[in-house]
Amino acid sequence: MTLLWAIPALPLVGAIVLGLAGPALGSRMSAIIGTASVGLAAIIAGCIGIGWLQHPPPSGAFVQTLWTWVSLPGLTVRFGLYLDPLSLLMVLVITIIGGLIHLFSTHYMAGEAGYSRYFAYLNLFVAAMLLLVLADDLLILFVGWEGVGVCSYLLVGFWFADPANGAAAQKSFIVTRIADIAMLAGLLLLSTRIGTLNIHDLTTTSAHWPRGALLPEAAAALLLLGGLGKSAQVPLHTWLPDAMAGPTPVSALIHAATMVTAGVYLVVRLHPLFMQAPWVMHGIAIGGALTLLIAAGAGLFQTDIKRVLAYSTMSQIGYMFIALGVGAWSAAMFHFLTHAVFKALLFLSAGAVTMRLHHEQNIFAMGGLRRPLPLAFICFLIGAASLAALPIVTAGFFSKEMILGALWAAPSPALWIAGITGALLTAIYSFRLVFTVFFGRIITAPSGTYGIRILLPLFILALAAVCIGWLETPGFLGGNHLLSAFLRPTNGTGAAQIISPLIPLTGCMVPLLGVSIAWTLHRKGFWRMQAHRAQTPLAGFLKSACGFDAAYRALLVWPFLQLVAALRYDPVDQVSVWAEQAATALHRRLRATQTGHLRRYAAWMMAGAVATIAMVLFA
Amino acid sequence: MIAWPAPAGLALALFLLGLLGLLTRTNLIFVLMSIEIMLNAAGLLFITAGMRWGDPDGQIMLILVLNLAGAELALGLVLLLRLRSRLTTLDGDSATLSRDAP
Amino acid sequence: MTPIFVISAALAVLTTALAITRANPVHALLYFVVSLLCMAVIFYTLGAPFAAALEVIVYAGAIMVLFLFVVMMLALDQAAILRERDWIARPSWVLPLLLVGLLAAELGRLMLRGGTQTAPISVTPQAVGVKLFTTDLAAVELSSMLLLAGLIAAFHLGRRDP
Repeated sequence: MTLLWAIPALPLVGAIVLGLAGPALGSRMSAIIGTASVGLAAIIAGCIGIGWLQHPPPSGAFVQTLWTWVSLPGLTVRFGLYLDPLSLLMVLVITIIGGLIHLFSTHYMAGEAGYSRYFAYLNLFVAAMLLLVLADDLLILFVGWEGVGVCSYLLVGFWFADPANGAAAQKSFIVTRIADIAMLAGLLLLSTRIGTLNIHDLTTTSAHWPRGALLPEAAAALLLLGGLGKSAQVPLHTWLPDAMAGPTPVSALIHAATMVTAGVYLVVRLHPLFMQAPWVMHGIAIGGALTLLIAAGAGLFQTDIKRVLAYSTMSQIGYMFIALGVGAWSAAMFHFLTHAVFKALLFLSAGAVTMRLHHEQNIFAMGGLRRPLPLAFICFLIGAASLAALPIVTAGFFSKEMILGALWAAPSPALWIAGITGALLTAIYSFRLVFTVFFGRIITAPSGTYGIRILLPLFILALAAVCIGWLETPGFLGGNHLLSAFLRPTNGTGAAQIISPLIPLTGCMVPLLGVSIAWTLHRKGFWRMQAHRAQTPLAGFLKSACGFDAAYRALLVWPFLQLVAALRYDPVDQVSVWAEQAATALHRRLRATQTGHLRRYAAWMMAGAVATIAMVLFA
Repeated sequence: MIAWPAPAGLALALFLLGLLGLLTRTNLIFVLMSIEIMLNAAGLLFITAGMRWGDPDGQIMLILVLNLAGAELALGLVLLLRLRSRLTTLDGDSATLSRDAP
Repeated sequence: MTPIFVISAALAVLTTALAITRANPVHALLYFVVSLLCMAVIFYTLGAPFAAALEVIVYAGAIMVLFLFVVMMLALDQAAILRERDWIARPSWVLPLLLVGLLAAELGRLMLRGGTQTAPISVTPQAVGVKLFTTDLAAVELSSMLLLAGLIAAFHLGRRDP
């Protein structure tokens, strides 16, 4: 456990080596260094995890302080790593799934220019994300927060020669930056009030604050805004669909499994603070419900396979937030775990499919691919089934059940209704995707083959997507509570839930209903018609996730660009130019008086004398 | 003796006449002559003051003014001659080389 | 004394007015010389005989004669005089008259505020001489230097260029 520092350090070293000497090392060596650094970190994390399970520390946490970073009269920040069940879970997810994605990338990105640069960025991202989850102090967490934002920008804009990619990267960075300003304000508020940003001290102090007072509400609201931006929730969600401009493994790692869950991690980590802010909790729940529904609606109309998955990520994180909003911390973390697995699986399978189709991403250009690409089909099907939460066989079912059960216990039934509706929509759009891409006629014929480096990660993830759900099962299926028991030192015991059998039953029926609806519409060719029919205004509105993008463009971007255009010629400088022009004009006027005529000079002098004497007389 | 306002008024009138001549006439000879008229009027004022206060300083000032007028006239006439040889006219209005050309 | 003063004053003003309005510069200068002689008389009536003598000898007798010599050296012919008549056109008097009128009003107002009337005092040449060569000796020296400077400058400026 003393090797905890090696977990973020190994990918960081990998990033530095690849960044400095990448092109010189060649693509094979870059791939090895990149994958091995994350792989080693995963192995160390695994060993630490096993050690933890055998001999959990009595205090429930392990702190490793490395050095003192800031030492000021009002604030002391120590660079330390904090290991408890929550961060251990996140570390395992990040390193293992990250390692698998690195392996996948070595084949997927083979032959691309900037191969070693890609791995340098990806390693740097993993290092920053690990720092974020292992941070002992909110300021260190913020360093990791910003680090993942920068790496996301670098990776989304990886193919920077196309300006559209650069614009997408800028959009993701700017939107998350705006959210980060709110988070920084929250950090400043907390540090000035408490004098420390150490997470442990913060949570113990804030648990004693009066519930509903202004301080916890304000601090929680500000930190939440930061989390909303990073997790692409309404209203700061507009960057995620555009971030699909990056390579597919990047989308799998950053925009599905890890970075976008940073907001969820933040809330769970600081849940004592959030529990003292009931209004913010209501806001989280309502925001999560809205995102859930808006994103699911948008997913029904998308034509790009990756954009469907992006909206699906947004929607599933909405589920996590809605669970956070009602205080179901373990349920949110469980869903995080299953979502990381099946969403990475979905993205990698989508990448595998498009790889064989020369990177064609329009689903209406695909069809009937289940016969030519059977392995990709199976993996994608497992992922989609887990996303739709098909009963019992998939991991997604168990985590969604846990969330829906927690929602039912909430005071208002509206949240549960939103959750169930979202589940229906999720099933419909995910199987729309499956049927459109893999069933029907073949439209584009695939070419090429898969290598072991593509198939191995897919297999492992597919297996996990089926089995990992058994960590936490509801009462009627065995009552296995391994995960929540594991997380108890951090999250505490949840409220005892009395659930009528009707709830799990509805949870089973709704996904099946969604699949059957999607199948019926597929048979009728409804989905195919979408591609050819003109888009109705309602469809367009829902497709663009309720027009937030257009609204932001009109309200924020356009006025800013107008301002830039108005200031292009430096109007502030014009003031000094006018002063110069006025002086020159006056000079030209006065010059005209220098005529050279003696008499005129004498006359002017006389007039001056007359005026002076007049002043003396009448003063 | 004469009360002092009368010669003072006379001095003022003479001064104003000299000034009028200066402002109106273009011929440089008349300009110089008008300057002499003004100096003379100033001298009259000095004498008047000397009479009023019973101070010899008035007449002493007149001596100095005379001195000045002489020196100035000599130089003025020399310059007038040089200007005339340059411009071939005595018109003061045509001597505009000192103007600021735009 | 007073009638002499009044006649001399009127004559002085008249001849000065004539001097500044003639077309022929020689006529104008001669009128001015007459005006200077009237001035000398006025000086005498103001109890400054030494000043009167100086006015005639130096001003009218030396300075104006110099002026006349130079003017005659210019050899102005009839054409020049006709040209001069053109230059004294009516409109060119308007603005100067206006300005002069304003100045007259102001200075007249200043003078009429006036101080006390005291008995006029006559100053003898002896007093002048004593003061000049004792108290105001520096002025004498400086004025002699001024004359020297004027002499050298006139000599230099009057030289023909080689």
